[in-house]
Amino acid sequence: MRDEQAFIEYVQGGGQVEAGDWMPDDYRAKLLKFVEMHANSELMGVLPEREWILRAPTLQRKLALTAKVQDEVGHAQLIYRVAEDLGKPRDAMFADLISGKAKFHNVFHYPTKTWGDVGVIAWLVDAAAIISQKALLKCSYAPYARIMKKICWEESFHILHGRDVILAMVTGTPQQFELVQEALNRWWGPLMQFHGNPIPRDEDPMWFWRIKSQGNEEARQQFLDGYVPQILELGLEVPDPKLRKNEEGVWEYSEPDWAELKHVVTGHGPRTAERLAFRARFLEQEQWVRDALVAA
Amino acid sequence: MIWEVFRRGRAGAAFEHSGSVEAPDAEFAEAWAREQYGRRGESVALWLVPRDAVHVVDDWADEFDLKYRRVDGYSIKARLKEARSRVGSTERRS
Repeated sequence: MRDEQAFIEYVQGGGQVEAGDWMPDDYRAKLLKFVEMHANSELMGVLPEREWILRAPTLQRKLALTAKVQDEVGHAQLIYRVAEDLGKPRDAMFADLISGKAKFHNVFHYPTKTWGDVGVIAWLVDAAAIISQKALLKCSYAPYARIMKKICWEESFHILHGRDVILAMVTGTPQQFELVQEALNRWWGPLMQFHGNPIPRDEDPMWFWRIKSQGNEEARQQFLDGYVPQILELGLEVPDPKLRKNEEGVWEYSEPDWAELKHVVTGHGPRTAERLAFRARFLEQEQWVRDALVAA
Repeated sequence: MIWEVFRRGRAGAAFEHSGSVEAPDAEFAEAWAREQYGRRGESVALWLVPRDAVHVVDDWADEFDLKYRRVDGYSIKARLKEARSRVGSTERRS
């Protein structure tokens, strides 16, 4: 198959593409950009949690958090490998990440102020992410869809770990409960921005090429459906007075701050510069390891 | 060098292609693959195969449409219906 129109019909009909198959340049470029951003997000996503490994409240929490961080770095390794097969060397991806040319998800640009943030990240940020990732199980690019199986399997442990952290705190002292509520208040905005602006599915190039199998708003609705009841049953409040499910079963909410989303993902988040500098420092510091391996 | 990773999830299950790792030799590929495809006890065995060693066959000629050799070559619904309708009818008894 070397014909763009035939390729479009093939992927739109549910067909999947392998690494060695012919694909239109536009498909390859959009797919690579998407996969690269996903890999960057996994790699940068460990930094907010890493800050709490040494401050975890118990040894068991410390071990679990370390395992989660290890998983996320592992996901980055799997996804970078997929991106490399699409034609971009890893060094080039790291260079673009550090220079700010490549993006990573909005939620990883924010600080983790308290242990409550760690719980909210593992529970709700991972929940939002797993909704996007489960939709990628049907991605038109088969090698990406296949590794997503393993990633989703590991993410389910992360969500349970996060829920367990949250449950320990909401059943603890009033101060602990308050830490969770404060963290939820801080994260609600970025969480509502996470799945992107409500661009209609048919205008989304990622849907056109069937890289994504659902629209942004569908993903957000699914998140609200699944997690608002879980939040409310714990006695927590969602910091949005307009949030409600209407008669048609559709969630209504205050307009997320799209300007903030754009500002943050273009490299102006509260922790963007600090975290990229951290990543750059470690890449430089460990260059000798990579050099030694290649030389071996 | 790219190594394709095949994973066996439990004894008796088929090896399934799971992804790939890049490593200069088998020893390092093993370390990488153990970490990425086995660290949570999700595999009982791995096969690591250099990508270049995989001989791919993916062109299948079926120009004569030899469907009689497959189940989709047979549509028995109409004939079965007819056969069933004949059972017990005078036409068949006579």
